[in-house]
Amino acid sequence: MRERAKIPFEFSSCVELRQILGLRAEDEKELADILEQVPQDSVYYHTHGFLLRHRYMAGLYANDFANWAAIQVGDRVLGEQLAVLDPLDFETLDDLRDRIISAIDDHLKGMPIVPRVVYGEPFNFIESRIVQVPIGIEARTLGEFREAVSKIDDSAIYYHALEARVRLGQRRNDFSAWLGECLDLPGLAAKVEALNPYNGGLERLRSQILGYCDGVLTKGRDL
Amino acid sequence: MNPVRLDDYREVAPKGTVEFLRRLAMRVRGRRFLHVNSTRYGGGVAEILHRLVPLMAELEVDTRWEVLKGNSEFYAVTKAFHNALQGKEQTITKPMLDCYLATNVANAEGLSLEGDLVLIHDPQPAALIEHRTDKGKWVWRCHIDLSHPQRRAWRLVRRHVAKYDAAVFSLPKFAQRLSIPQFLVYPSIDPLSDKNRDLSEAEVNRTLDELGIPRDKPILLQVSRFDRFKDPIGVINAYRLVKKYCDCRLILAGGGADDDPEGVAVLAEVREAAGHDSGIHILELPQDAHLKINALQRAATIVLQKSLREGFGLTVAEAMWKAKPVIGGAVGGITSQVIYDVTGYTVNSVEGAAFRIRYLLDNPDLIARMGEAGREYVRRDFLITRHLTDYLTMLILLTE
Repeated sequence: MRERAKIPFEFSSCVELRQILGLRAEDEKELADILEQVPQDSVYYHTHGFLLRHRYMAGLYANDFANWAAIQVGDRVLGEQLAVLDPLDFETLDDLRDRIISAIDDHLKGMPIVPRVVYGEPFNFIESRIVQVPIGIEARTLGEFREAVSKIDDSAIYYHALEARVRLGQRRNDFSAWLGECLDLPGLAAKVEALNPYNGGLERLRSQILGYCDGVLTKGRDL
Repeated sequence: MNPVRLDDYREVAPKGTVEFLRRLAMRVRGRRFLHVNSTRYGGGVAEILHRLVPLMAELEVDTRWEVLKGNSEFYAVTKAFHNALQGKEQTITKPMLDCYLATNVANAEGLSLEGDLVLIHDPQPAALIEHRTDKGKWVWRCHIDLSHPQRRAWRLVRRHVAKYDAAVFSLPKFAQRLSIPQFLVYPSIDPLSDKNRDLSEAEVNRTLDELGIPRDKPILLQVSRFDRFKDPIGVINAYRLVKKYCDCRLILAGGGADDDPEGVAVLAEVREAAGHDSGIHILELPQDAHLKINALQRAATIVLQKSLREGFGLTVAEAMWKAKPVIGGAVGGITSQVIYDVTGYTVNSVEGAAFRIRYLLDNPDLIARMGEAGREYVRRDFLITRHLTDYLTMLILLTE
């Protein structure tokens, strides 16, 4: 365990601008067909974007495909099958995309007709454009890191915990990488790396990180 | 309009928003951002620009706002375009098109159109793109419901829009087949404007007294232009269905705008439909009656926005900011603002509106709960600070 890191952790927030792709699915087969061709950033938006939305708008399930099937089409079975997919189980966004398409294809094999929207809204594909915004806060010690994590906004948690790993293709999230490499806290880094925001949301993720940090600070040694 | 500084938003925007905006703006400091629209007063676009432009300037983005100049014939033509683009049957003749283009040519000669990002609001000035000279990016910002446009009208506007570098729509369903990038930006309200700032109960009472409206019964309110797309007659019919079971008042409050010559005719129809019902109050308010509208929204028990077509319907966000449940038509941006069963209800008919009004009037606890949920939702997603964030982000993405 290192008291003070040579390289500080520099916190950034992020902001998302949504780009409409102009592609719409009216039935479940179209959903799979279009999903096959959209950019990865669209797969990302529809499977991770809910974390940046207001809790009222986040929907029944944690990804847009599941919500659309369940609510707009009224196909709760497909909704549940898509809802159970955890994006962190997949190495890449393309792997996640393939799994969603397979789930839809498998579901449709057993259906006499392709379920479609009748009174609901079609599925509009959107792409996420994220801009990083450094917020001028940095940490060199675990205490400073804990203090910063307690006060940064949700989008900063999102940026370092998800954006870094899922879209920027880094092996680990920013928090665990710094804790492991710069403070030499592999146990804490592993705990933070294993956290999953998909069910509890970003606030729960924040409180879990704080809890682990407190554990190390209290004991004076790594977890 | 009362002048405000960015710091004034600390009290009302989500925590950390002001610092975040300052950080974001550092990336585009000194860049030139030009807004162009068709009216300085009246309508949601002008209202929001009155505030957005000085805030952008405070963030040291070199921001200007130019307004198209046109005669009454031009505004009649652009109203026809507006209606046709929102799906209403409308004939666009060659002389009308000539008037539209000639006005744009004349304005292109008179206006200063330089900017790193030139944001052209709505169809009226869309043809200015034909006269771009600067190297900046041009973006067409569409505020209207373009989900079912009349084909010919859209074809006429599309030929200009296709020449822009990007387009911005208020909802995904308004996006069109275009080869340029299309962004999604929700409109917003200003929580510190006269229309939305906090008012004391005494101020609210005084305004209603002035308007001659007793506060003896639950008040149903629709604030909108007198425009057929806002379905004021449908609102009166819904009120009449409710009135059989729950005693209440209906206020229809609205005014015209510089570019809305149809309002007078619709107002006459509304007066005729209301007849001599003393429970219906039709208020023709001037364009600067922001405090009155604010007081009416605060006095209302339920706010209606029973539009048949709607770009976004900012009166919905205004009402939710005042912690009122909203019953809105299931069209346009209303479906994004009203979260069904959480902040209000979207309905598809006069009967649906009447049913939900009765349901809420019979459940006062629900009215309070939905009102609070609506206010928090607006705080995060529909305040001007979020709008400003989106435009700064667009400036970064398009000009870096």
